[in-house]
Amino acid sequence: MQENLNSVLRSLSEWPKLMSLTNEHIKQRLTEKFGEQVSAFTEPYGMLTFESPKEINLKVLNFLFDDEELRFRFLTDLCAVHYPDKPGNELAVVYHLHNLEDNIRIRYKVYTDINKPDVYTATGLFSTANWMERETYDFYGVNFVGHPNLKRILNVDEMDYFPLRKQYPLEDQSRIDKDDEMFGRGGTVGFGTEKTDHGTLIESHKTNVGDNIV
Amino acid sequence: MSEQHIKLPEGSIEKTTTTLNLGPTHPATHGVMQNILELDGERIVSTEQTIGYIHRAFEKIAERRPLYQITPLTDRLNYCSSPINNMGWHITCEKLLGVKTPKRVDYLRIIIMELARISDHLICNSIVGVDSGAYTGFLYVMQYRELIYEIYEEVCGSRLTTNIGRIGGFERNFNDIAFQKLEKFLKEFPKVWKEFENLFNRNRIFMERTIGAGPISAERALNYGFTGPNLRAAGVDYDVRIHSPYSSYEDFQFTVPVGTTGDCYDRFLVRNEEIWQSMSLLEQAYKKVQEFKGAEAEIYHADVPEYYLPPKEDVYTKMEALIWHFKIIMGEIDMPPGEVYQSVEGANGELGFYFISDGGRTPYRLHFRRPCFVYYQAYEELTKGAMLSDAIIVMSSLNLIAGEMDA
Repeated sequence: MQENLNSVLRSLSEWPKLMSLTNEHIKQRLTEKFGEQVSAFTEPYGMLTFESPKEINLKVLNFLFDDEELRFRFLTDLCAVHYPDKPGNELAVVYHLHNLEDNIRIRYKVYTDINKPDVYTATGLFSTANWMERETYDFYGVNFVGHPNLKRILNVDEMDYFPLRKQYPLEDQSRIDKDDEMFGRGGTVGFGTEKTDHGTLIESHKTNVGDNIV
Repeated sequence: MSEQHIKLPEGSIEKTTTTLNLGPTHPATHGVMQNILELDGERIVSTEQTIGYIHRAFEKIAERRPLYQITPLTDRLNYCSSPINNMGWHITCEKLLGVKTPKRVDYLRIIIMELARISDHLICNSIVGVDSGAYTGFLYVMQYRELIYEIYEEVCGSRLTTNIGRIGGFERNFNDIAFQKLEKFLKEFPKVWKEFENLFNRNRIFMERTIGAGPISAERALNYGFTGPNLRAAGVDYDVRIHSPYSSYEDFQFTVPVGTTGDCYDRFLVRNEEIWQSMSLLEQAYKKVQEFKGAEAEIYHADVPEYYLPPKEDVYTKMEALIWHFKIIMGEIDMPPGEVYQSVEGANGELGFYFISDGGRTPYRLHFRRPCFVYYQAYEELTKGAMLSDAIIVMSSLNLIAGEMDA
């Protein structure tokens, strides 16, 4: 096995020379196939970025995967971004795809309404999308239609909100109204009806995340 | 005893498999993951993984922090090789800000990153030994991880969660003791690692335990998003250091070891070989660093006044330096808007940073592409139909680091 391993050791210094696919060519192939539906082509820091309506996300991913020239068969990353200022398009699902043979990466986005965050799952194409989509669901609530096991992965199952959405700001670290003797915030200082970024807190109305768990 | 006296719960007669909560199998798996196996005798029928027990919401926290305060968060991803995470983060920020680092900084970074890779592989491979019943190797090589940590200590003052380097370079130049310790490491470690390999590589018991355990084909590995040594063990020569060189890796000569079957034994051998390649990279980088003489040997950071803290003596005596110091520490500097994906070859795969800046003072969105998280989902496929003892060794040979998995 060791000899076998050594025999297949290869130097890859000539790798970059193989690169033939260019951003322009990818853009051209996509526009030929999908016309107006793929749009917003940009190249931030050299990486081709584009978007399409969420309804055709699987068609685009399949085309990128199967096309003999494009061959984007490696899903590097899948995540979501929340833009509260874009009504109707609040959530973006971002795919980072990699063509390992030509060594070129692209970024593909679909936008969805936060009130109906249904996006088709990519698990049929990439096994790796399984947990990535679960993570995206966990943090942003994107409902991946057709996912075999869409449940929370990093947070507790009982959680009733999607924590990375922008309407949940991190706690103000200088707040003094919190009864938190364990961590040295002094318990009773400013206790009662303190106004904070999170609204007015009255002792009897105070709830903690998880209080409504049955 | 006749049958009617046995009161079994309903449905239990039909169930022919055993449910087993596996673990903790070694010290790093205490309470950080749950691994439920469904067993038919000793054969694994299915598995279910529960993760997230040490999830710390780094991506959320990062949205409220200036860049330099995010470095300590990256420490806690793969804590066996924190310097690689730190460097990856600095390189991402530098890409966004358009900072060009001097060559000497790049080479010093390579020294630190390759030391980190060695310490990570060293842990992983010796733990594979421990999990197959060979404790000696683990105890023996551990003193050289200690030496690596001492080098970190000379450079940045800390050992495990290093917070090493700054945007633009290092916080201070490497001192003579750091280089002396590096020389000691370069001189002594090859002998030790050779001995470790002698102990394992052709060891009959070890080979029987690992050959054919948890194999994966190249095609499936790619579909599962494997990267790093786990992908290379399956026969795909993908390495970020070569495909998208960063930190001047293109100036170096090294080979990428690949395996054939993607089983535990191949993963073990690939990591062993990568340690040798890292040793060679270390020697090359050290040689290149030594070539800088005089004033050039004093360069240890780029000129980025907006993000790199001014020297302390200037802060105490000069107004401008004091203002910059204050602005940096309070995070009062607006970043250029942009969208960056930058990845580095972490010790267990492609560690990516997807960074969106809206022109504010903190990231609008920061996503970590953590290799462990991506490939732990293949665990079920790797262990299906295998024996119970394989479940343990497959887990350790994948090099799962819970801190990285849960972010």
